[in-house]
Amino acid sequence: MTDRRTTIKWMLSVAATMPLLHQRTWSQEITAQPAARGYGTDPDLTKLYRPGDVWPLTLSAAERRTAQALCNVILPDDGRSPDATSVGAVDFIDEWVSAPYPHQLQDRPVVLEGLAWMDAEALLRFEKYFAELDESQQHAICDDICYEPNAKPKFARAGAFFARYRDLTVGAFYSTPTGWKDIGYIGNVPLTKFEGPPADLLQKLGLGS
Amino acid sequence: MTSPATKKQYDVIVVGSGAAGGQTAYTLSMEGVKVLMLEAGRNYVPERETPMFQTSDQAPLLGASTPEKAFGFHDATIDGGWTVPGEPYVQSTDDPHGRFAWWRSRMLGGRTNHWGRISLRNGPYDFKPHTRDGLGFDWPISYEDVAPYYDKVERLIGVYGTSEGLENTPNSSPGCLLPPPAPLVSDYLVRQRARRLGIPIVPGHRAVLTQQLDFKRSPALLHPGNLKAQKIIAQHMQQRAACIWATDCGRGCSIRANYQSTTVHLPPAVATGNLDIVCNAMVSQVVLGRNGLAAGVKFFDKATGAEHQATARVVVLAASACETARILLNSKSGLFPNGLANSSGKVGRYVMDTVGADLSGQIPLLESLPPQNEDGASGHAFYAPWWGYQDQQNGKLNFARGYHIEFGGGRRMPGAGTLRGLERLTGGSYGKKLKEDARRYYGSFVGFAGRGEMIPNENSYCEIDPHVKDKWGIPVLRFHWKWSEHETRQAAHMQKTFADIVQAMGGRVLSKVETDGANAIAPGGFIIHEVGGAIMGKDRQSSVTNEWCQTWDVKNLFLTDGAVFASNADKNPTLTIMALAWRAADHIADRMRRKEL
Repeated sequence: MTDRRTTIKWMLSVAATMPLLHQRTWSQEITAQPAARGYGTDPDLTKLYRPGDVWPLTLSAAERRTAQALCNVILPDDGRSPDATSVGAVDFIDEWVSAPYPHQLQDRPVVLEGLAWMDAEALLRFEKYFAELDESQQHAICDDICYEPNAKPKFARAGAFFARYRDLTVGAFYSTPTGWKDIGYIGNVPLTKFEGPPADLLQKLGLGS
Repeated sequence: MTSPATKKQYDVIVVGSGAAGGQTAYTLSMEGVKVLMLEAGRNYVPERETPMFQTSDQAPLLGASTPEKAFGFHDATIDGGWTVPGEPYVQSTDDPHGRFAWWRSRMLGGRTNHWGRISLRNGPYDFKPHTRDGLGFDWPISYEDVAPYYDKVERLIGVYGTSEGLENTPNSSPGCLLPPPAPLVSDYLVRQRARRLGIPIVPGHRAVLTQQLDFKRSPALLHPGNLKAQKIIAQHMQQRAACIWATDCGRGCSIRANYQSTTVHLPPAVATGNLDIVCNAMVSQVVLGRNGLAAGVKFFDKATGAEHQATARVVVLAASACETARILLNSKSGLFPNGLANSSGKVGRYVMDTVGADLSGQIPLLESLPPQNEDGASGHAFYAPWWGYQDQQNGKLNFARGYHIEFGGGRRMPGAGTLRGLERLTGGSYGKKLKEDARRYYGSFVGFAGRGEMIPNENSYCEIDPHVKDKWGIPVLRFHWKWSEHETRQAAHMQKTFADIVQAMGGRVLSKVETDGANAIAPGGFIIHEVGGAIMGKDRQSSVTNEWCQTWDVKNLFLTDGAVFASNADKNPTLTIMALAWRAADHIADRMRRKEL
């Protein structure tokens, strides 16, 4: 832990405006390479898969810590449903950035650089890793990058990362039974009849016959 | 279903097992004809292999599309997609507008296992397009020739929908269609607002059993006088369950509630005892006998790599339009140096796809609605048939042919892409606010897709590449592609129409409304309505087959897939492929009985 903190501080002191490209080099030194092969063109479709079943996960423990903190800032426990991490969002993101396919390989540096940037920015502003910040400190950083069109130029790349990361977190959370319940997806059950929307709802929307 | 029995003597070889091969083999075997079916892909058993209730979070990457599963992990495509390992095809240009993307599926039943099940009849205009506007080609048949077969196919496979009596949108005979499914809230809203713009919205037609088939009445209508066939199909109709209003049809259906060749055509055909199916049989060419007739086919057993030959009195190619053209072009002989049945030079010519353009909108009226199950029949409860025939006749539109609109909204099963890009609506919310926003916006999106007619042209075709071969050593196809302005202008019209509908719904369009049709139009092949390549016509100079899908040059060689389409109406081609295949198979059985084949 200390080594990593020292490394980041050293990096920051050498070049406070260091381009993200260099940080990618740094992150790849501590993360495994993505797999070369995927599930092929004839996988068993009836099997239930968990992240890591088909190709190994590659994020380092430090990256997963940052990833977890960010997932939970994006979708926290709000009393109605739990936080994103509790339903496996980090495992999904790890699976995603470790996958051997073009789209995911394109997202990989975005996510790895972004996670490194979150920690670097946290250290720069608060002398702590992102996961160690309190909520208001985490929000101070996220507020600057949460909407790319409004982000200051120096936060443009971090903003692009945040948008992508939010989409991954949202996809992961709402694809689970917990997410279904929160969002109100109540399908995927066999029915003997499908009757469509209730008449009073159609009436209310001005769609009654 | 796979049988190794290739040494037996067969009446007919059918190459391919999808909509065309399935229908051809079904009709022939029900008529007592001994059929050998060769399928290039592996055997596939929907009852065992369909992921019916598996959820996104049980799939790698939440089921997201990858090059190995281009329509998502649970999609019923095996060893296929835009690329097939070891079986390349090539393009004549790097220009993205000049390329054709070719979707294949190497499995028993082919693309019928995953298709959208949209089953629209071509109308009277669609068989005589050249007569109406001077473009493209007329078919050598009219709607009246095909109508009885549309009736039969609808009765056999089960198609829901209604007869609305709209222009060039034929009614079905009474009793052919199943009742349409209940629409969703978003469907009702689209209907109300689009109608204000003069766009008709009526129940869609899809091959999904909204109730059990009429196994008491239909068998006698399908197979008059053929008691054995009636008994078999009655039994199989009873074995097919009605829709259970859950799980996406694109995964296939283990309870046989929708049409796929593997659940509807092949089981009763096999039950006749007249059909043998050999899978992993990659056909390379049709063998020509000394008498100038087709003697059989050569194929590679994919498991061993060994080459085999099968013989029969009649050969039917139903391998998919372009694969059928490929087999013909690769079947060279002294008599046919440019490919079999190609004295016209038309084999590979006039490949067509469907014009496609999409747009989606977010509709405030649909926000924060009470949760309800909106799985329904997995889409297409309503659609908009083309409404602009009069405007086109009066010269009010700058493109010649029509399109229909497919649309859908609702609270679909969430996956990797659910609520993607929500910041366009929320200004970048995260935290507890994002959870509130997700509840608010989920289910408030409606997507529109135009599906329009492409006119055949001289610049869209396939040929054999002189260098590249697949892993079996079979020369591969090279594609040439060009849209005409009739298609690109139509795509731009789609974009404007969809934006108008979204606006009429009080919604906001989420993407750029493309006014340049060349950008609006989906690339060639993307809609996977590949037809043409060996069109039917009235004479041997201008076409490859006659109205019976029989090649002019080789009288015991038939093409019963989309290759024979002389035009590609906006109506999705599968139902017409089946109707023509049934008609051709009836003709084959009849001529065999008369010893003319």
